[in-house]
Amino acid sequence: MIKNFWENLSINQKLAITAWVFLAIPIIFYVTIRFYPTYEAFYVSFMKWNLLGAKKYIGFKHYIRIFNDEDFWIVLWNTIKYALIGVPISLLISFTVAYYLNEIKFGHQTIRAFYFVPFLTTAIAMAWVWRWFYQPMPIGYFNIMLSYVGIPQQPFLRSIEQALYSVMAPAVWAGLGFQIVIFIAGIRAIPKSHFEAAEIDGAGRLQILKEIILPALKPTTIFLVVISTIGFLRIFDQVYSMSEDSAGGPLNATKPLVLMIYEYAFDIYKLGRASALTVILFLLLLTVSLLQLWFMRKQK
Amino acid sequence: MKKIKLLLFSIFGSVFIFGSILANAVEIEYWQYTYKARVEAIDKLIANFEKANPGITIKHTNFPYADYRKKVAIAISSGDGPDLVQLYYGWLNDYRDSGLIQPLPKDAFSHDEIESNFFKMVSSMKVDGEYWGLPTAVRSLALFYNNDLLKEAGLSGPPETLDDLVDYAKKLTKRDGSGNMIQEGLAFDGGIGQTHHFWREVLVRHYGGQPYSDDGQKIAYNNDAGVKALTYLTDFEKTHKTTSNGFMNRGQDGFAAGKVGLYIDGSFRISKFVKAEGLNFSISELPGHNGTRYNFSSFWANALSSKAKGEKKEAAAKFLAYLTSDEAMQVWLDTVGELPAKPSVALVDENKQHELYGPFIRGLDYATATTFISEKPQRQSVVDAYDMVVLQGVSPKDAIEKVAKKEQELLDDFFGN
Repeated sequence: MIKNFWENLSINQKLAITAWVFLAIPIIFYVTIRFYPTYEAFYVSFMKWNLLGAKKYIGFKHYIRIFNDEDFWIVLWNTIKYALIGVPISLLISFTVAYYLNEIKFGHQTIRAFYFVPFLTTAIAMAWVWRWFYQPMPIGYFNIMLSYVGIPQQPFLRSIEQALYSVMAPAVWAGLGFQIVIFIAGIRAIPKSHFEAAEIDGAGRLQILKEIILPALKPTTIFLVVISTIGFLRIFDQVYSMSEDSAGGPLNATKPLVLMIYEYAFDIYKLGRASALTVILFLLLLTVSLLQLWFMRKQK
Repeated sequence: MKKIKLLLFSIFGSVFIFGSILANAVEIEYWQYTYKARVEAIDKLIANFEKANPGITIKHTNFPYADYRKKVAIAISSGDGPDLVQLYYGWLNDYRDSGLIQPLPKDAFSHDEIESNFFKMVSSMKVDGEYWGLPTAVRSLALFYNNDLLKEAGLSGPPETLDDLVDYAKKLTKRDGSGNMIQEGLAFDGGIGQTHHFWREVLVRHYGGQPYSDDGQKIAYNNDAGVKALTYLTDFEKTHKTTSNGFMNRGQDGFAAGKVGLYIDGSFRISKFVKAEGLNFSISELPGHNGTRYNFSSFWANALSSKAKGEKKEAAAKFLAYLTSDEAMQVWLDTVGELPAKPSVALVDENKQHELYGPFIRGLDYATATTFISEKPQRQSVVDAYDMVVLQGVSPKDAIEKVAKKEQELLDDFFGN
């Protein structure tokens, strides 16, 4: 029966079926591991649930409480700050490094590897090392260096003003390697003839950078902006490892949305509230991604 | 045909016999978090118990503290997991509310006996007229002090009062030429560690208040007592500058390194300091105030999980009875360094006068165990109040008011008010 069925098919039909059989694996994976939990998160966000008992429908109550919660707005603003400040800084540094790295031949690979290593390192391990760097004297490396040049001690992680930036620094640093590699690839993809033509026309370095390299790198830049924006909006490991008691302190100064979700879900087991926060984060990320698509279309 | 019948018969027969052997040996599971001394102690106690009760075997499982609460909740709710489980007393309401544990059977654990045999803080395991767990050991706080540093500063003997504590801390603080702290007078970690307990159960009470209402449903520290207690605590960092949160990472690390004069912690920290090379320390009872002393006690209790039923429940109850026996308590003190939960074992002269445990054991006499609904967010309110005062310059009064309001919401939410 099955054999007959198979033999009666045309080659194209057979190809299609074969393709779908292989495609079924990732589809099943995405549906069960990604889409279904996402759907569940939406569903649970309207429920009161402590992981063990029965779920109880409570409508939009979680959302109303979240929007009335002073801490939520602090945390949301922190999350946006990570992205708003972290993304431009990291792109500026990585582009500058990539631009000059592209020009040198001696030691190019080694230096590139140095920049890439932090990207491969576990975020937790790195965050802990940085946490020690930030300690006060006599063990904190940064403060020891500051005292050598006569600058007063800085509280870093123990300061409401400095803590967020202190946590952001290793996150920026860790992302550099990836961004540099992508930028270098982007610069190398620009046809040589453009540079030659520019030189013949007598364009200076700055002009070449402004008129040729930057416009040609626009798609690369947009890609990196989106990837790193999403990365910063989802920041967690660094804050979890670097803030005292993993609480995103002092006084919520470093707490991002993901840490707040984690606390609701796994510290006090309010899964409904955590899901509602997840939905908000999801909408935030969706907006960023849609804006990217819109920009890309405009490009063409 | 006959052969098949015979074969079937013998198969069923052997399954039956095998099954009845299995049924005689009850296996129960015991869960706790991984901590070398605790694991060793439980293994020792299991060996003793199994020898005395050949019909029962106990499977001992332990895993890191960080995942403990999560794993227990998920395992029990899916019908797996322990029959007997260790939980921090501050999680009782949370576990009970989530249906993870069941009350102790009254026939095996009579309430009168519990109340007359155990220290009074164990009564925090009684909710709705039922006991939900019992500890092998309890903990209290005491003051660790560095003998060499005290001697160097010309101080003899530990500080006896809260005022002394300030005075000592000042004399024990050292700074370098540019004003950087190189030796910390009194170390605590800004609310984290045991500091929040010290504030709640010692300082607030010394200033005439209590942290929560007697039924545990209302914040009671949002008054003059709470404000004075917070002022006293934050003044070390803000005014006296004898404390710097984060100095040498944590208070315990600084003390172990010999860079801290005074440090408040529980008896479980003794083993760390004993191993610290070159550290010459002593322990005293927490300083008093106006002639009274207060202390905070806490404990890990053993509870029957809601999964334990029938003969497993019986076996688990039997093991629990052994875990809370005098013999087990002495094993626990000798192996883990935590204090016996019964005065009859703890308050014998040998323990009371013990150089290291003595101050903790004497502290049990006047200690209170806070009734928490969920320890972490409640700890966070002390941490936040501390940071508001020290980092933001908020007045202690405003800081107390702010965190009290938030914590009250948490309580209301839990009690359904």
